[in-house]
Amino acid sequence: MQDELIKRACDLLADGTVNRVLGWSAGDFFYDITPTVFESAEDVKKNFVYNDFCGANLSKYLIAESQKEGKIAVFLKPCDTYSFNQLMTEHRLVRDHIYAIGIECDGKVSAETLHDAGIHGILNVQKDGDELVCQTVYGEKRIAFDKAEDERCRNCKSRKHVVYDELLGPEGEVLDSHRFDEVEKLEAMTPEERFSFWQGELSRCIRCNACRNVCPACTCELCVFDNPKSGVFSKAASNDFEDANFHIIRAFHVAGRCTDCGECSRVCPEHIPLHLLNRKFIKDIDTLYGDYQAGETEGQMSPLSAFTEQNDAEPSIVQKGGIH
Amino acid sequence: MQKEELIPKVGVVTEIRQETPDVKTFRVVGTDGRKLFEHIPGQCAMLSVPGIGEAMISITSSPTVEEYMEFSIKKVGVLTSWLHAMETGQEILVRGPYGNGFPVDTTFKGRDLLFIAGGIGLAPLHSVINYVRAKRENYGHIDIVYGSRSKEDLVDLEEITNEWMQEKDMNVYLTIDREEEGWDGHVGFVPNYVQELNFPTTETAVICGPPVMIHFTLQGLKALGFTDSQVFTTMEMRMKCGIGKCGRCNIGDKYVCKDGPVFSFDELGELPDEY
Amino acid sequence: MITRISSEKLPELLQQISEQEKLYIPVDKSDKLSVYEEYAPGKVMSLKLNTLRSAKDFFFPQVQPMAKFRMEGKKIEVMDQRTETEDYCIFGVRACDVRSFDVLDRVFLADPVDTYYEDRRKHATVVSFACSEPSETCFCHSFGIDAAKPDGDARMWIANGNVYLEGITEKGEKLLQSLDLAALGAAADDAAVQEVEAEQQRVHEIQKRMPLYSLKPTDNRDKELEIFNAPIWKELSDKCLGCGSCTFVCPTCQCFDIEDFDSGHGVERYRCWDSCMYKDFTMMAAGTPRKTQLERFRQRFMHKLVYYPIRNDGIYSCVGCGRCLRRCPIHMNIVKVMKAMEEDA
Repeated sequence: MQDELIKRACDLLADGTVNRVLGWSAGDFFYDITPTVFESAEDVKKNFVYNDFCGANLSKYLIAESQKEGKIAVFLKPCDTYSFNQLMTEHRLVRDHIYAIGIECDGKVSAETLHDAGIHGILNVQKDGDELVCQTVYGEKRIAFDKAEDERCRNCKSRKHVVYDELLGPEGEVLDSHRFDEVEKLEAMTPEERFSFWQGELSRCIRCNACRNVCPACTCELCVFDNPKSGVFSKAASNDFEDANFHIIRAFHVAGRCTDCGECSRVCPEHIPLHLLNRKFIKDIDTLYGDYQAGETEGQMSPLSAFTEQNDAEPSIVQKGGIH
Repeated sequence: MQKEELIPKVGVVTEIRQETPDVKTFRVVGTDGRKLFEHIPGQCAMLSVPGIGEAMISITSSPTVEEYMEFSIKKVGVLTSWLHAMETGQEILVRGPYGNGFPVDTTFKGRDLLFIAGGIGLAPLHSVINYVRAKRENYGHIDIVYGSRSKEDLVDLEEITNEWMQEKDMNVYLTIDREEEGWDGHVGFVPNYVQELNFPTTETAVICGPPVMIHFTLQGLKALGFTDSQVFTTMEMRMKCGIGKCGRCNIGDKYVCKDGPVFSFDELGELPDEY
Repeated sequence: MITRISSEKLPELLQQISEQEKLYIPVDKSDKLSVYEEYAPGKVMSLKLNTLRSAKDFFFPQVQPMAKFRMEGKKIEVMDQRTETEDYCIFGVRACDVRSFDVLDRVFLADPVDTYYEDRRKHATVVSFACSEPSETCFCHSFGIDAAKPDGDARMWIANGNVYLEGITEKGEKLLQSLDLAALGAAADDAAVQEVEAEQQRVHEIQKRMPLYSLKPTDNRDKELEIFNAPIWKELSDKCLGCGSCTFVCPTCQCFDIEDFDSGHGVERYRCWDSCMYKDFTMMAAGTPRKTQLERFRQRFMHKLVYYPIRNDGIYSCVGCGRCLRRCPIHMNIVKVMKAMEEDA
């Protein structure tokens, strides 16, 4: 598949459709994937990579890239297309400067999961049916593909490309996902259990801001947490409550806009399952306002900004003008 | 436990003078009524108010003043606005002194000195000028060029007129950017004025002011034949710790708070251009 | 002298140390999560390659309370928050993290001494733990660190079903002498020394097969400006997200911020980790000298590989632990920078 992508990228550069291509390149290992802008066919042929480790969502990079001169081609996995639409809805992208190519995705794995499974000294990884075969300094190790996948991919919501200028491969289908099972597990807990679960997770937060900076929904020019005048400015939690405070505020800010791409959890250096916080909001929105998938179509209104007296889940304030 | 550099002392503000519309000078002593600590001209202190902020400020008074320290502060941000709004008798937090200070007892000793300041840039030079005045016999001829946007923006104008201009073997040249009523002195930007005055290259120069002024003044001095090693400046960078540890004011292998803020231009020339 | 005990006796060894002083060991909370925790009977030491967070937290915690202030009218009262730490032992620190303590010491213990750090540092006895199964992200040997023979106050190997212990410093010797190792069936014979040598040899052979084995930093102390101005930085920093994960997982990154927190019952001043990768790090009222991510990215790596060595006798501010290789969201890391520097030079 990588070869097909490389060929298409080179063609688009050659026929002048685009002057840049946004894709991925690898470093010392096949798994240390960096989102990369390629400016020549030569560069694409030499460095372009598409493999099971290309989990990074390229849509966010388009905010800056589409501001630049000329058109850029971008390869979007199905879930990246939802982010793309959401960014379009929020007027963050210059559409005329983008040529979007939908590409297939069978789920992505991360090297962290391999390391965590005790596979070290990895020299090479090949997919063999439902398994990943890892050649390591310590011999061959095998791991089930779905074990190595991120949770977001194990419970993939959709293999459908919701926006594209061109498809390489099938358009794909929305999947019957079990993604809310994880949320239901949390909902089944007692409030005390749930509090202690999140306290345990969020107390590890080192406030590196990787979740925020990678998030396609976090596109503020100046984040409230970086703004000394916002009232919530902080660089680190000075007490237990504040760890949670950062993530709760962030979850609220992206509620109704989060497409559940799962990048926050992929990049968290402390392995906090941050996406579950957002997914709980998604589930609640579905329950209260009817099924809604952010990014499904361009220009759609989020239920949280489009509610009326008729469909508001808690209409008392609207109808009676106050809390009673 | 031993003294911790990062824990501040309490200082009492005993006098506040309005210098210009946006600059005030604050006189500070310890709670025992004595000077908080000794310093070298050009060194700074961290001033703070709990919950408001902390900032690195030049100590404006000369070390030869035995009773107190003074800080001339321009109102630019949250902390400085708070300081401008406070009244005498207010306690603030002070820690320091930080930085290397000017080489008053080595390089400068016995030399003719040229001080060039723009706007609030006089604050760090005020300390060294008064130190040199107090130890007048140790230094040669002194020239001072000081400019500001307008007459009312000239800091310490009273002291300059009544004391500095009366000092023996010391010339003060004032300039303002634009003509205004009641000003019969020189009009024009500092860098041009320095060029016009054509100072001899036997002088050791110190420049402090906005980056643009420093840039063009240095060019002017070089055109007059000054070399980088005989021109000094004092740098401004964001600082938090003041002791070369927090990493903020790092330029190349130097920490401005600890190895500076005073550098000669040949020292700066060896550092990455990122300040 | 190297002392051998059966690895079955490791829990008893830990128990004995914990009876002497407070003891911290790496513990597996899940397969994703190994962290240092205070020892309690029944806690099992993690044998994982390394902890998720580095060991710098012991001396330079993410948040460090500094002082409290109470304001009343025009008066301010300053309350020193410092208390003297009790002696404690950090057990099972890997070679890379042990070297990071030296890198941090050169900052925090340089005049004027940072007493918060010094207090935690001087009361700690560090027992290191030799690596038996290094990973492909490890490159400590690039900085002259021997994963198979770590520094510290005392060191430990686990191999052949045995635990081997060796005192290094006076502090470490004192700790080992305070224990009743005989009760654990300890033996200190020539065979123990040979067994450890064989183990070291085995690990060195493994290291030779790792992809980063040949990576060596270049001494660029005399090329500060040349590298600063080199064109490599644009491409390297181009897709940097500007988050601080590399700095926070790094055992040698030590930049910090000082902030006040108004709790409603007075103001607490604390310091916390900060990152040169952040836009506001050098922001002043008049602007910042590091305007784009390129400058911020360059600062981090120039500091580690050029500025720090100039200030510290050629020692690099990287210990090759590989955490940034694993955690950077876009996999842009110090190895790629070192290689680019070398190609450029």
